[in-house]
Amino acid sequence: MIISVASGKGGTGKTTVAVNLALSLKNVQLLDCDVEEPNSHIFIKPVFGRKDTVFIPVPRVDQKKCDGCGRCKEVCVYNAIAVTRKKVLIFPELCHGCGSCAYFCPHDAIKEENREIGVVEIGRKDGIQFIHGKLNIGEMMAPPVIKAVKNNVDKKKTVIIDVPPGTSCPVITAIKDTDFVILVTEPTPFGLNDLSLAVEVVRKLKIPFGIIINRSDLGNKKTDEYCTRENIPILMRIPFSKKIAEIYSRGDPIVGTLPEYKEKFQRLFKKIKKSCG
Amino acid sequence: MKEIVIISGKGGTGKTVVTGAFAALARDKVIADCDVDAADLHLLLDPKIEKSHIFKSGVTAFTHKKYCEGCGACSIVCRFEAVREDFSIDPISCEGCAFCSFICPQNAIEMKVNTSGKWFISQTRFGPLVHARLGIAEENSGKLVSLVRQKAKEIAEEKGCRWVIIDGSPGIGCPVIASITGVDCAVVVIEPTLSGLHDAERVIDVARHFNVPVKVIINKYDLNCDITEKIERWSKDRNIQVLGKVVFSKTVVESVVEGKTIIEYSNNKVTKTLSDIWKSLEKELAG
Repeated sequence: MIISVASGKGGTGKTTVAVNLALSLKNVQLLDCDVEEPNSHIFIKPVFGRKDTVFIPVPRVDQKKCDGCGRCKEVCVYNAIAVTRKKVLIFPELCHGCGSCAYFCPHDAIKEENREIGVVEIGRKDGIQFIHGKLNIGEMMAPPVIKAVKNNVDKKKTVIIDVPPGTSCPVITAIKDTDFVILVTEPTPFGLNDLSLAVEVVRKLKIPFGIIINRSDLGNKKTDEYCTRENIPILMRIPFSKKIAEIYSRGDPIVGTLPEYKEKFQRLFKKIKKSCG
Repeated sequence: MKEIVIISGKGGTGKTVVTGAFAALARDKVIADCDVDAADLHLLLDPKIEKSHIFKSGVTAFTHKKYCEGCGACSIVCRFEAVREDFSIDPISCEGCAFCSFICPQNAIEMKVNTSGKWFISQTRFGPLVHARLGIAEENSGKLVSLVRQKAKEIAEEKGCRWVIIDGSPGIGCPVIASITGVDCAVVVIEPTLSGLHDAERVIDVARHFNVPVKVIINKYDLNCDITEKIERWSKDRNIQVLGKVVFSKTVVESVVEGKTIIEYSNNKVTKTLSDIWKSLEKELAG
């Protein structure tokens, strides 16, 4: 079973839920797919044993074979190729690696070579297999790194995915093909606005989901009203506490200091399992 | 005219609250919400939309069944696993590269232009706001961010404004890069948590990679004074100015619930600190 933990708005507690849920279960794999700003490792403190580089293919032009016909530029929809005075220029950061240019070059002058855009690290901590991805500084495209992290999914385990904030392509790539989505929100107008956008995304992908309200005693009642109106189950509430904020700030999981939360997360998992049938 | 962007790396550290405060404090400005996939600034600024535009960007493949003979060439060339077993296209996986449409011997695949969102020019009680809404599960947020920034800049130039104040998005990828390149100052809002510092380091590295000047605000600094000190030392080592430290206060949440900026809502320490921060930023950048 694959459970992804998403939110729309950043800083609502995705990582807290993903990490503490993982630490409360057995036979777990935790995947941090927030490859722009991965944080789960801070709380899990895994020992990494393997590091894979993530590449995307980019074209390289053999100037000897190229006659500057410009066919490559014509087929590139990403404007990653320019042709000036019969010379081909490549802009690697714009290239999505589709391979069109190499295929259609009539002179066989384009070869694809690998360009590094990030890494995937695989490690362990107690019973948890931990995997995360890191997008290199200055790179634009997170989805290929997210896909590389997800290639390591082990379906024999309970898989928990920490999803990046937002509602666009990195989020879709992370939650696609998961069995259940937990949406973590806070009961403020910002939290609710972004939650309703995230709900639309999850509904569009047709994945079952439920909500966790974090810092549930701050803000207002509008989030509860929204969930009732939209018939969305509230799976758990985590009240605001300076204690939890302090534990989080120093990079420790809640279940370590407040063991009662272990049971809460186990109950959460049972609820999810039941609702998935 | 100077452009200031508010970013953070990590989400939820207070970007929009700070942007709202700057919007209330700055004179002669245009405001831009560049967090296009989870925009929140409008909840504080209550914009009256004056112009609404459709944002079209990119293309998605569509197979016309009646012409398809099922040869499968499309699925061989597609690297994004977007061609289904029946040779229809999964629009969510499709990256719009058009390779399939070029290769199809029957010309059965059409590339359709995406309506990826909407963007708006609005009036607010603090001046013009340019903002946007990315369509659900759409891509190209970087291009929409660039568009919002460009329009805000145009309005500022037209009206002779002194500032463009930009609310950025979390992360370090394409929307963030689109929102920071070429600005006069990136203000990084950091919370005193290990995650907050870790993420701020990465986004500051990105800003420096693109030669963008960086300054720092430590928000909710009293939640962990040890880490706040660590951030201060860290900033000093890297020659980054800490503009100020803002205390944690529940009134900030209350102001958001009321749909007001903290400057309008309260006259407490948070308001005072943010006003001082704006004054010093204004002085330095005006220079």
